[in-house]
Amino acid sequence: MATSSKLTSSNRAGWLFALPGFGLMVVFIILPFFFAIALSFTNQRLISPNPTEFVGMANYKSLLGVGMITLEPERDASGDIIRDDSGAPTYPKLRNFTRKNPDYPKLDGMREWTSWQSGENRTYVLARDVVFMRAVLNTLIFVLVVAPVQGGLALGLALLINQRLRGINVYRAIYFMPVVVSIVVVSLLWRFIYDGNNGLLNNILSSLTFGAFSPIDWLGNPDTALGSIIGMSIWQAVGFHMVIWLSGLQTISPTLYEAAEIEGSSKWQTFRYVTWPGLRNTAVLVLIVITMQAFALFSQIDVMTSGGPLDSTQTIVFQAVERGYGKQDISGGSTISVILFVIVLSISLIQRWLTRERR
Amino acid sequence: MKLFTLSAGAMALTAGMSGAAFAQTELTMWYHGAGNEVESQIINQIVSDFNASQSDWSVTLESFPQAAYNDSVTAGALAGNLPDILDVDGPNMPNWAWSGYMQPLQIDEAKIANFLPGTKGIWDGKLYSIGLWDAAVALVTRQSIIDELGLRTPTLEQPWTQDEFMAALDAAKASGKYDFALDLGTAWTGEWFPYAFSPLLQSFGGDIIDRSSYKSAEGALNGDAANAWGNWWQGLFANGYAQATQDGADRDTGFNTGKYAFSWNGNWAALGTLAAYDDALFLPAPDLGNGPKIGAASWQFGVSASSEHPDGASAFIEFALQDKYLAAFSNGIGLIPATPAAAAMTENYKEGGPLHGFFALSQAQGVLRPVTPGYVVQAKVFEKAAADIANGADVADTLDAAVDEIEADIEKNGGYGH
Repeated sequence: MATSSKLTSSNRAGWLFALPGFGLMVVFIILPFFFAIALSFTNQRLISPNPTEFVGMANYKSLLGVGMITLEPERDASGDIIRDDSGAPTYPKLRNFTRKNPDYPKLDGMREWTSWQSGENRTYVLARDVVFMRAVLNTLIFVLVVAPVQGGLALGLALLINQRLRGINVYRAIYFMPVVVSIVVVSLLWRFIYDGNNGLLNNILSSLTFGAFSPIDWLGNPDTALGSIIGMSIWQAVGFHMVIWLSGLQTISPTLYEAAEIEGSSKWQTFRYVTWPGLRNTAVLVLIVITMQAFALFSQIDVMTSGGPLDSTQTIVFQAVERGYGKQDISGGSTISVILFVIVLSISLIQRWLTRERR
Repeated sequence: MKLFTLSAGAMALTAGMSGAAFAQTELTMWYHGAGNEVESQIINQIVSDFNASQSDWSVTLESFPQAAYNDSVTAGALAGNLPDILDVDGPNMPNWAWSGYMQPLQIDEAKIANFLPGTKGIWDGKLYSIGLWDAAVALVTRQSIIDELGLRTPTLEQPWTQDEFMAALDAAKASGKYDFALDLGTAWTGEWFPYAFSPLLQSFGGDIIDRSSYKSAEGALNGDAANAWGNWWQGLFANGYAQATQDGADRDTGFNTGKYAFSWNGNWAALGTLAAYDDALFLPAPDLGNGPKIGAASWQFGVSASSEHPDGASAFIEFALQDKYLAAFSNGIGLIPATPAAAAMTENYKEGGPLHGFFALSQAQGVLRPVTPGYVVQAKVFEKAAADIANGADVADTLDAAVDEIEADIEKNGGYGH
């Protein structure tokens, strides 16, 4: 409380020093943020002679609209289900219902997102913007994998290099190096590593298995593309979080470790009851930072896959940029940004609540 | 943006200074060729020749790297800082004209009557831009490959039919001597897709958009012809004739090192192929049912809408249209000169020159990409559809989705002024 009264009372020099920073933040972060919210309710284009119009929730509806339809299998004249070569029943083409069908006005323009079998019938979940839905899903998968794995690996590395050994600084430097290199350069290099023909990864795997491994086009295959990007992203930023963990480790008082040793605690007990409680605040910080960074996934996608193949690596931010600048649809890009903001804010709040100090 | 205003300010400053010294009215010009030494030399030569040839105008040139050029123009337009003379990639011109960056040229149409059709940027019935060169795509192969596979050599009058083309790919695949029969250049994402592959769709009878109204893509991009194209296109990859994802290095050197039997590539890569093989052949596009087609239009010159001296800007562009400059660009960086007279002055495109075929291709088969401000978006939609189909997406659904996206965009833009 004392600090806040100090801030508001006569501290003109302090405010003066803060002014340039605050000013830049207002101009480049806070104003654009409110701009994005306002523009998401209009049809603003990047450049256009047409006037901007207020369109209400239309942008949100066209991004988030979903629908559902259950189709019965096709039957021949005698009422038997028509089956294809593999014996699966055939269904009428979805486009008969989603394209200019007056009986299903709500489904017009929607596409299949996913589907499942329920008895003889097949239920389809339709989305107005399947690409955006894929982007949201891919981003969530990315966050769910990267946050625990990257945080855990970084902690492991931090524990390894938090020792007084000769030459330990060399290892610290090596682990930290990928963080210093531009992500664009790293992505370009990993494109060569993941190359489908003569990539380093394929070569290593095939020599390890004495040629039994058949080369995979890591970035060209929808099944492996997102995983490849996840692996590379974890490797790239793990050093940054390692340093944060390391700073946390070094705030833990050595006397606690000495006491634990005297008590005869094992290595695991020392970690569980001394190190981990001491890292509590660091853990919250690392988790939230990784989550936010992971939601902003863009550069790797832009350099390595451009969202392909078959939308398997579309992400929310990539879609925002692609629409806002690539397709000159600033209102669409703004809408995606606002949706991303809501997602990240709610997840951060949930994380804060889950990791709160329990009394 | 900051940097931009700074450089624009510096330009205005130099403009004021030299204007006072020479009593010539200063004109500014932007060009996309920064980083290419030969190209810079030629354009600088034209500028200094023009400045010396008359006493009314003095042009100063600023070059940008190609990758940043379009963004710079957009930023310049938003900030109201465009130069007098711009260069513009052909298919983008209608978008810039419609958005109000450009104004029509004051050049007599008779002066450009013999220019290749792809070099003329016409929007809304007016000439907005004119190119000193064009580019063309050919099916590149070698005489020895044709002979070995026992194929007929197609000609401009009698190109391969779809069956002959597929038989050629089959023969190349069956020979087992090549990694893949056909190098389509899928490594080149971006404008290459609509430039190189939408003519194949047109050769089937489809198109990116219905060009009679430019308001709808229904039937053009998802009709029977387009679906036939999509199935054929998907088959090229599914049946192992070509790669849906290609390594960039394979695209650059693969054909020249014998990995592919055929390569779908532009004239700009032809000099390298000629250096690798002395029996290189540049064949016309196959006729896939609706006549053989290749993409047309490359970079062109135009005048910005904010220019206070459009007469001077047009005078410069007219000056640059001399055959000797057309020939210089062609000799320097391998482009197709815009006129037959200039072609005759070049080493490669003159009658009997090694690349003469490209000039004929451009003249006979060149089709402009859709001339509409919406092309910028349509190109991206088409690229995604072509890539998705190549990767195995359902053809009809993908094309339907592309149609929906294109039509939604046209509607959002109030019809793009058509």
